[in-house]
Amino acid sequence: MSATRTLRALPTLLRVGVAETVAYRAEFLVWILTTTLPLVMLGLWSSVAAEGAFKGYTSAAFTAYYLSNLIVRNLTGSWVAWQISEEIRLGSMSMRLLRPLHPYIAFAASHLAAVPFRSVVVLPVAIVLLVSSGASALTTEPLQLAVILPSLVLAWVITFNVMFMIGSFAFFVTKTMALLNLYFGLFSLLSGYLLPIDLLPSAIGWFAEWLPFRYMLSAPIELMTKSLDSGEVGMILLWQTGWAIATLVLALLVWKRGVRKFEAVGG
Amino acid sequence: MIRARDLTKHFRVHKRPPGFASAVKSLFHRKYETVKAVDGVSFTIESGERVGFLGPNGAGKTTTLKVLSGLLHPTSGEVEVEGHVPFKRETELLEAITLVMGQKSQLIWDLPPSETYAMNRAVFDVPKDEYDKTLAELTELLDLAPLLDKPTRQLSLGERMKCELAAALLHRPTTLFLDEPTIGLDVAMQVAIRDFVRSYNQKHEATVLLTSHYMDDVVALCPRIIVIDAGKLIHDGDLRQLIKTMDPDKRVSFTLTGVTVSDDDLAKLGTLVTREGQRFSLKVSEDRIPSVVGHLLGTLKAADLAIEDPPLEEILRVMFGQSRTKATSA
Repeated sequence: MSATRTLRALPTLLRVGVAETVAYRAEFLVWILTTTLPLVMLGLWSSVAAEGAFKGYTSAAFTAYYLSNLIVRNLTGSWVAWQISEEIRLGSMSMRLLRPLHPYIAFAASHLAAVPFRSVVVLPVAIVLLVSSGASALTTEPLQLAVILPSLVLAWVITFNVMFMIGSFAFFVTKTMALLNLYFGLFSLLSGYLLPIDLLPSAIGWFAEWLPFRYMLSAPIELMTKSLDSGEVGMILLWQTGWAIATLVLALLVWKRGVRKFEAVGG
Repeated sequence: MIRARDLTKHFRVHKRPPGFASAVKSLFHRKYETVKAVDGVSFTIESGERVGFLGPNGAGKTTTLKVLSGLLHPTSGEVEVEGHVPFKRETELLEAITLVMGQKSQLIWDLPPSETYAMNRAVFDVPKDEYDKTLAELTELLDLAPLLDKPTRQLSLGERMKCELAAALLHRPTTLFLDEPTIGLDVAMQVAIRDFVRSYNQKHEATVLLTSHYMDDVVALCPRIIVIDAGKLIHDGDLRQLIKTMDPDKRVSFTLTGVTVSDDDLAKLGTLVTREGQRFSLKVSEDRIPSVVGHLLGTLKAADLAIEDPPLEEILRVMFGQSRTKATSA
């Protein structure tokens, strides 16, 4: 399908995606609630920093970190791996493959359509908390403020690509739950989801710099909460762009190889 | 045009006997078996033809349809649909074909069918005026008006099937792969779907390849049938000719009132096939039909007399039996 045709189809795909999101509202709300782990971690680390800064993190810095974490996670989280895996396992992927639109685009559109709804539920809570207790630890640097949105977009793309790739492995192994658990374990540790990357032991921190996880979550948080020079900001965006391209190529490659093995079970 | 040459599709299937011990054993050592779902099938279907694709369960019908529609890569052989290799799933091919599976839905489960239609319009890039015209036509032919805005999950099976057909045809495909499109539907709905498929075929000169376990669908729609069994093609040709070759005798059904006839009397007319109360069905050779019918109407005062071809189910049962015997002796 050509790029212009895809662009023409996009408004309808987004509109249908919104309708689907609204139809599954109860499940959607519960799913959002499952992404509130940063609030739990905030409680934990706030008590650690109550009597003084911990490795440079004051109580306000932890508040800013974990509430930014909550915002970024809600805006960039993806569940496409579950969808792809289920559709392959049950054979309903067949119907998607009969449409002249790459499933990558179809899934991306339906996920993008959900972003505003996730924002509506989570952002007001996070912003109120942030302004009331963590505002002093947020950046005011114009350069950092300017690149937060592109960084969020890149984080969304990397996360979506990685999840798309994991889901596509279902073409080879049918069920990808174990793979998802492994991924989520690594993600929790190396993306800054559980704790800031600079609090990790130095060897693990070094790995985190090179792997994609940091650029899926920690990168926009760092831009929101740290004081960085322009070189560091540039490097973050460069790494994110690199990983966005690399994960896209990998995701589409796994898909292409996998779809040859599709057995279109049932029916 | 659809062309398949020496088409094969094999699956590797994990085999394990039932029981706990086998389950544990299969963790360490798995046994696989190659299943030849389609085994060297060749046929050509010209544009505009309506062809029935028949075979017992597991014969390879659905697998063949999935290969033809590009969902499965063939293990070997050549396949061409409207000038394209299906598994490449090029846009031009996907716009030209459709696959309706009675047991799989393309409708978005929690949204009304109209949302799926809007999405298909966008994805297939159907111009708005053409879409409106096609949808209006389909709505009228399939009586969809009361269903368009109901969530799909609240539709009955028959209603959903009608909506599925519309979703599959909105982009006006010229090749229709229909896999059990009437499964689970009541007789009236089956007839409605059949009439609709025939009128779509005639209006758009569309090619139709249909699988169905309801032989009435096939008899009503398909002048030609392709029969496969255990992945191999066992017949390809005219339906009436097949019936004539396999069983040239006719079935004469009639009801007798006020007359008692013995089985010996009936045996003089033909072979008794069924007897339910006063309703009889006899197998009679074609050349004896005038005299037998004359006797039934004149002497026995038979009512509700009908002369029909033998049921396709019977013919197929014989065919599958012969094909199995051949395979065993080979």
